[in-house]
Order: sequence, then C-alpha cells, then structure tokens
Amino acid sequence: MELLSNLALGFETAVSPMNVLYCLVGALIGTLIGVLPGIGPVQTIAILLPTTFALPPVSALIMLAGIYYGAQYGGSTTSILVNVPGEASSVVTCLDGHQMARQGRGGAALTIAALGSFFAGCFATVVLAVLAVPLAELAFRFGPAEYFSLMLFGLVGSVVLASGSLLKAVGMILLGLLLGMIGTDVTSGAHRFTFGVPELADGLGFVSLAMGLFGVCDIISSLEKREKRDILKSKLTGFWLSRRELKDSAPAVLRGTLLGSLLGILPGGGAIISSFTAYMVEKKSSREPETFGRGNIRGVAGPESANNAAAQTSFVPLLTLGIPPNVVLAMMAGAMMIHGIQPGPRVISSNPALFWGVIASMWVGNLMLVILNLPLIGIWVRLLSVPYRLLYPAILVFCCIGLYSVNNNTFDIALTALCGLFGYVLHKLDCEPAPLILGFVLGPMMEENLRRGMLLSRGDPTIFFTRPLSLLFLVLAAALLIGMALPGIRKSRSRAFEE
Amino acid sequence: MQINRPKDLLTGVLFLAFGLAAMGLSLGLKIGTAARMGPGYFPFALGLLLAALGGVLVVRGLRPGPPRGEWPTLRPKPLLIVLSSVLLFSQVLIPLGLLLSTALLVVLSSLAGHEFRLRETLLNAAALVAVVVVLFVYLLEFPIPLGPSLRFSAP
Repeated sequence: MELLSNLALGFETAVSPMNVLYCLVGALIGTLIGVLPGIGPVQTIAILLPTTFALPPVSALIMLAGIYYGAQYGGSTTSILVNVPGEASSVVTCLDGHQMARQGRGGAALTIAALGSFFAGCFATVVLAVLAVPLAELAFRFGPAEYFSLMLFGLVGSVVLASGSLLKAVGMILLGLLLGMIGTDVTSGAHRFTFGVPELADGLGFVSLAMGLFGVCDIISSLEKREKRDILKSKLTGFWLSRRELKDSAPAVLRGTLLGSLLGILPGGGAIISSFTAYMVEKKSSREPETFGRGNIRGVAGPESANNAAAQTSFVPLLTLGIPPNVVLAMMAGAMMIHGIQPGPRVISSNPALFWGVIASMWVGNLMLVILNLPLIGIWVRLLSVPYRLLYPAILVFCCIGLYSVNNNTFDIALTALCGLFGYVLHKLDCEPAPLILGFVLGPMMEENLRRGMLLSRGDPTIFFTRPLSLLFLVLAAALLIGMALPGIRKSRSRAFEE
Repeated sequence: MQINRPKDLLTGVLFLAFGLAAMGLSLGLKIGTAARMGPGYFPFALGLLLAALGGVLVVRGLRPGPPRGEWPTLRPKPLLIVLSSVLLFSQVLIPLGLLLSTALLVVLSSLAGHEFRLRETLLNAAALVAVVVVLFVYLLEFPIPLGPSLRFSAP
C-alpha cells in the first residue's frame, strides 16, 4: 500500500534523533505557552520563526507544528486548575473543567483532557495522511480561476472566526491584501508602495508584521490591564477515571474528534471554533443539559478532543492546496516560504520526506505529550506564578534578536516597532489582526492568479463563474458572507463569543 | 453632534485614509487593462473597496441614535516605553553589541510595568543576557557582534 510506504518514510524522518529532539522541544514550548495565559501559538510562532532559520526545514516545521498542538494540551491545564484559559481554544474547558477541579476531580479532568487529545491527535494524523494525496491531486487540476476563488473563499472563512463587526473584518482582509502588495511587482518589476525605502523592495517583512501585530502589541495591551492570577491550591489526586466517567466521556471524545477533524479542514476553521462547537454539541445532545457548567466530564472531553483534532487537520488545506485556513497556519505558511518551500500541492511530490515527516512527527509528538503532560503538571503550575513583569522583557528580547537575524539588519526591528504601533491602533478600534495576516499571506498569490486568469480569458471575468469548481467556491464564499450578515446567525455568533 | 459609534467612525476614517492613499499611489503605477493588468490594477481595486467600506463605517458611526460603544481609552505609558525600548535596541545593537543592548532593552522595557523593582530587574537582565549568549551565539551561531564595535568611522 502506498499510504503505508509513505508513512514509513515519514516515520523514518520523524524518529531521527534530531527531529525527535525538535519535536520534543516544540511540544514542550507549546505546552508551556499553552499554560501561560496571554501568550498563544500565534505569538510564539512569530517570536520563534527566526530562531528556526538555523535548522533544516523539516526540523523547523516539526518544531513549529509541535508548538500548535502542544498548546492545545497546555491550554487545558490552566483552564482546569486556575479557571483562566491558557489558550483561546480552551475557554470552554473552564466551564466544566474548573468545576470538576473544585469538586476534587481535577485529576480526572486533566486525564480525560490528555487522553482525549491523544486519541484525537492520532485520528487526525490518519485523516491528514489519507486526505493529503487525493486533495493534492485535485489541486493539480486547478487553474488560476479555481485558485483565486478558493483563496477568496478562504479569506471569507477567516471572517467567521473574527469576533465583532463583519465590516471591520472584511476591511482588515483588504488592508492585509494591500500590505501584501508592498515591494517589487513580480510581473512588471515595478516598485509598489515602497516610498523609496530600499529595505521594502523585497516586500514588508512577514516576521516584522507578525511580531508587531501579535508580539509587541499584545505586550502593550497586557500592560494596560492589571495583572491578576489566583491559583486554586487544590490538591491533585485521583488521576484515574471512574467507570462512569469513562462511559460518559468515551463517546464525547469520539464526537469531539470527528467534529474537530471536519472543522479543522474548512476555511476559517481551527482549534478555537471546534472547541466551542463541540461544547455546544455535547450540551445540546445531553439528556441533562443542566449539569453542564457544574462539572460534567463530557464538557471537558468533547472540546479538548475537538481542538486537538482541528489543530492537526487544519494542516490539510495548507499542505495540499497552499491555503492556510486560520492565522496559526498562515504563520506556518510564512515559515515555509521563509525556508524556501512554497506551500501547495507540489510539497508532497517534490519534498515527500518533509511532508510525511511532519505528519508522522505529529503522532510522535502526541505520544510524547500524553506521557509527559501529567507528570509535568506540577512544574507547569509553578511556572504560572512567574509574574508577567519578568516575562514580557524576555519576550521582547527574543523578538528583537530574532528580528535582527532575519536579514542581519536592524531595519526590521524598527519596522516591528511601527507595526506594533499600528497593531495597537487596530486593537483600540476592536479590529482583529487575524484576517489581516491571512490577507497579507494570500495577497500576492491572489493577484498572480487573478492576472493569469484574466489573461487566459482575454479580460473576460466570466471565467470565474463558468468553471464549475471556481463557481462552487464563489457560491460557498457568498453563502458564508450572507449567512454571517443574517441577524439570527449574527446573534448566535456573538453569543458564542461571549460564552 | 452626537456620535453614537465612535470606534466605527475612527475605523472608517482609518480605512478611508488607507484606501484613498492606495488608490492615489496606484495611479502613479501602470494600471493596464483587465486582460493585461499592470502593477497598479489590483491595488487600485483593493483601495477602492477599502475606501468604500471606510465610507460605510463613517456613515454608520455618525448615524443618529442612542450611543452604542464609547471612545477608546489610551494609556500612553506602556505604549511609549515598549515601543521606544524596541526602537532604541534597533539603534544601539550595532554600535554597542549584543550584551549591552540586551541589558538596556530589559531595563528600559521593565519601566512599562505596574511596579518597577530595580534589583529584580537587574537580575532578570543578567539572566536574560546569559540565556541570549548561550542560545543565540553558542547554540544557534547567529552572527551578531557581542561587544562594542571598535571601528570609529561608519563602514
């Protein structure tokens, strides 16, 4: 079987001592930042991107992927023990997980979160391996029209995740697309929006923009708030699940895994939306919904499985179609491009060891996480008591030195300060930066495909509507946009963000 | 005049300004035709959409009605200190080298917090300098000057 030989190649790559080490490092860093509130996978990947330059691309991607799914493990720990979500995707875990901790079942909650995540991670790895080849083959038949429409669909999908105003989110996409135009136009060689600055001829640096919007800006806005963290000093006992808890949570894990695997693949999907949806599914399908929010183990098992499954299956669209479905994967796309790999259907054939190595490493990483997570919880909890006033200068130091190493110049550092200011203005206006980053990553590819499509059709825009797949993507995008503007859905969307 | 959604208004103004600027700058480039797009075609279209969206937000922000939402509040201290410590680092890294610049960045940025403890900050700075040297210089082998450069004239 081809799949087996592919996976064998993957494991060969993933279990080389160096890659196991980087997988472990990524998973541990991921768990650490998952535990710490206020710093998530997006910021961490932004900060660590330059550090990975010294590594071979496979190891770099294995490490960065480990950060994403590691964060899903770590996020639940803080939610359950401290009632503060370590990660946005663990917000719903607070509801029942922390109640379980108060009732002395914190150990069981942590166990089911870890086991559920592990099961989901294994399943999602298989989904990724099975779906990748056919999807990439499909993508090879895409022309410029299909690609353009698919990217449009992907961008519209990113609006689903942005809380708040729809108009603002669309504006952020446009702003991101425009920022992506900065630099030399590949077709004509003309300099666009560079204002005569030579450093901008290669475009606005992805690392500078990402670090400014997520690293520096988050620090500033966190410093505006008062720091408060009270750790529940509950004794952690009873990591074993009771027979009833096992019976309740097993189907929830299965449902969460399936749901998360599906939602991870869709544009705009990912860990956050999956955990919310899984919680709602568990609550709605329960015969006793009133027990949710009071320590129902299904409220932990479902969302925690879903977010880990989605974290992994969201690699499917990036690695097969070249479209990042959410902002974390947009960061991964940026990382791949910096390492000279264009994300898309060609990765599988031109770089099989990288592709299958990253997939296999996810299984390896999940195994390490489930073994390491429970014994290390004591250390993670102690790390929570590190005050933010010691943490943020460290983050700034990593940002600045990493930025210098991108091009060995200090221009990128100054540019990041500017992007930080820009991000602060956007933050104050309640504009989310995630759609902007997606637009920035997709902008140049979108323009190229639009130009090629229009050139092929000799200026006739109907090419986007007459090719069936392209039409399908456009109809989906329009349906999504209209759906979000409808008052009923808008209400439930804002409710979902409040909960 | 009553402004019922100040943040919408300000966002609209921001989008409008960026959109118009993009349109203006694109006009200086070759626009081309739909079949043969020049470098200015796509950015002009994006700018037009962004400006239109900004216009809608401005109108929505100014529309009379009961106030919904408030003006954003600013606290300049963390903003200014964090940004200026990053800017300072970008300026002093080459003349002063990694060790001094890192220490400066840590001490200066620590002033942005709610409480500043000198001893703790200095310890933090020393620890971070050590981590940075081990990680970036010895393990990752980044080519960064460690100490002050001895060249007196600019290269």
